[in-house]
Amino acid sequence: MSSKHRTPVDWLPRIVVAPSFIISLLFIYGLMAWNGYLSMSASRILPNYEFVGLQQYTALLESDRFRVAMTNMGIFGVLFIGGAMAIGVLLAILLDQKVRAEGVLRTVYLYPMAVSMIVTGTAWKWMLNPGLGLEHLMRQWGFESFTFDWLVRGETAIYCIVIAGVWQSAGFVMALFLAGLRGIDESIIKAAQVDGASLPRIYWSIILPSLRPVFFSTLMVVAHLAIKSFDLVMALTAGGPGYATDLPATFMYATAFTRGQIGVGAASATVMLATVAAIVVPYLYSELRTKR
Amino acid sequence: MKTLSKTLIARAALATAALAAGAVHAGEVEVLHWWTSGGEAKAASALKATLQGQGHTWKDFAVAGGGGDNAMTVLKSRVVSGNAPAAAQIKGPALQEWAAEGVLANIDGVAKAEKWDSVLPPVVANVMKYKGNYIAAPVNVHRVNWLWTSNEAFKKAGAKVPTNWDEFFVAAEKLKKAGLIAVAHGGQNWQDFTTFESVALGVGGADFYKKALVQLDEASLTGATMTKVLDTFKKVKGYTDKNAPGRDWNLATAMVIKGEAGMQLMGDWAKGEFQAAGKKPGADFGCSAAPGTAKSFTFNVDSFAMFKLKNDANIKAQNDLAAAIMSPAFQETFNLNKGSIPVRLGMDLAKFDDCAKLSAKDFVDTAKSGSLVPSVAHGMAIPSAAAGAIQDVVSQFWNDDKMSTKDAQAKIAAAAKTK
Repeated sequence: MSSKHRTPVDWLPRIVVAPSFIISLLFIYGLMAWNGYLSMSASRILPNYEFVGLQQYTALLESDRFRVAMTNMGIFGVLFIGGAMAIGVLLAILLDQKVRAEGVLRTVYLYPMAVSMIVTGTAWKWMLNPGLGLEHLMRQWGFESFTFDWLVRGETAIYCIVIAGVWQSAGFVMALFLAGLRGIDESIIKAAQVDGASLPRIYWSIILPSLRPVFFSTLMVVAHLAIKSFDLVMALTAGGPGYATDLPATFMYATAFTRGQIGVGAASATVMLATVAAIVVPYLYSELRTKR
Repeated sequence: MKTLSKTLIARAALATAALAAGAVHAGEVEVLHWWTSGGEAKAASALKATLQGQGHTWKDFAVAGGGGDNAMTVLKSRVVSGNAPAAAQIKGPALQEWAAEGVLANIDGVAKAEKWDSVLPPVVANVMKYKGNYIAAPVNVHRVNWLWTSNEAFKKAGAKVPTNWDEFFVAAEKLKKAGLIAVAHGGQNWQDFTTFESVALGVGGADFYKKALVQLDEASLTGATMTKVLDTFKKVKGYTDKNAPGRDWNLATAMVIKGEAGMQLMGDWAKGEFQAAGKKPGADFGCSAAPGTAKSFTFNVDSFAMFKLKNDANIKAQNDLAAAIMSPAFQETFNLNKGSIPVRLGMDLAKFDDCAKLSAKDFVDTAKSGSLVPSVAHGMAIPSAAAGAIQDVVSQFWNDDKMSTKDAQAKIAAAAKTK
């Protein structure tokens, strides 16, 4: 009986939430599932639903280029995340020392985030090119033996992408940590000072540990930036020299859209999804558990 | 007598009906292309005017950027949703891939009426056919195996324009000694391969090229000629500057235009850059076939694939489009603007420059002698998956000084099997 006489208050929230729920179900999880199916199909230039099992994955794992892309992902991921976090935290701590004109400095460091990855990539491409940028400039200044040709050498080009990526994201990390630092109770720091702790000691043992939630949410943001990096690579090296700086995202684009191998592209997209899940799922799990 | 007049009347009626249909139900033709810059855009509007003159509506579907990659992505989504345009700029074996998906129309009707079989070289005609039926109309021919030289640089170095690879390295050495960059190169995947296929054609000859790079014959790919080709190719790298990686082709051409570099191996679209800089063929720069390839021709033919349509008036418009593309008038206007040569044989070339005339002459000659071969770097020879995989290895070999010729050869042979 009671179900027939529900008040609007009971069903209204469900109706309001339903469209976005359905849309996200369809367009996020639905498309993930579709991609998963495509990765086991014989798709070439157009989607094709003939089931071929794990054949595309075999092709993917046998591909030299994909191996290079995954290795690069590892190098880039570790250095980019580590670099952006380290520099961001350092900048935040330095800015937290009640410096003059902090507002201006903060804006200066945060500004790279306002620039798109394409612009960052193109600008760094010119700066790092030995014939146009840094090396050329230093040689003009008289340092004839100065050499900085990482961008044009296959083994080192990936580090150039790290440099540009860190430049872009460090300011963002700084902003998040600065907000965190401002939220710390002054009295804790005062108490530590009374106890005779040095400033580095206070930061290392008291302040940074209490920023753990900030640390994890920043890590989440930066990690997914690393995994989906595409535009930065396209603008900076376009995957070159050769395919030395290919990342899974650029590999996926090349196979699915320019080489008529949608199946292989979908398989690499699934591998990327699994990589993201490997990071996000344990994090969510630990976060949800601590909340309980 | 009676039957004859009956057929005549029937024919007349049909013709009138056809005429009436053409006049009253003029169709709409939607064309996907990426001719959005300067000369190309001008050429596309010539085509538009022709079609509008026949009473059809032209719906422009231009997708700029990415050398067509962007356009292909849009096209795929349109075709998958069952809303294909009348025609789209697709070329080479990609035509076969699209036809295999069953979405392209058979335009044999137009081809027969316009006698395409007799005005196209068979090698080119075969690219336009799927299972013996025409599915696409060719627009132009680019020759890829060109060597562009700076007269100023060659004079300064006292070098002679090379006609084979031994002379090439002699000239390169002289240019290098004169303090110039011998070979202007852009280190991008397709440019590496453009150089590679000119070396393969020059060192190995047209038969080797066809066996190794078109039929992907494993014995040829792993054989001694291939070793020599790869060694020669790698030797060219020693004469490029170290800032080459990632450089766009037109910037490399600019180095030759300014006389900073001596030579560039690039297709005939480079000519447009020289001309835009006010340079004259012969007087300021030289165009010759890449070393050792004077008697062969690597072609890159742009074409329009015709998609299956439902509406009769639109099909009529599509057929008119196909006929217009192959008409001598359009072939001339378009190719004068684009820097390529007409794909149609036996045309009057009075308005074209010397480089184009040489190209057109070689096109006809090589079509007869069988040394007219498709370009791999420009997606004319093999399906995109295998072509991409082979290009990857060749680029890696060019860039990675640790990769041995033997390794490269084995990897190329493995890449050739990519499906």
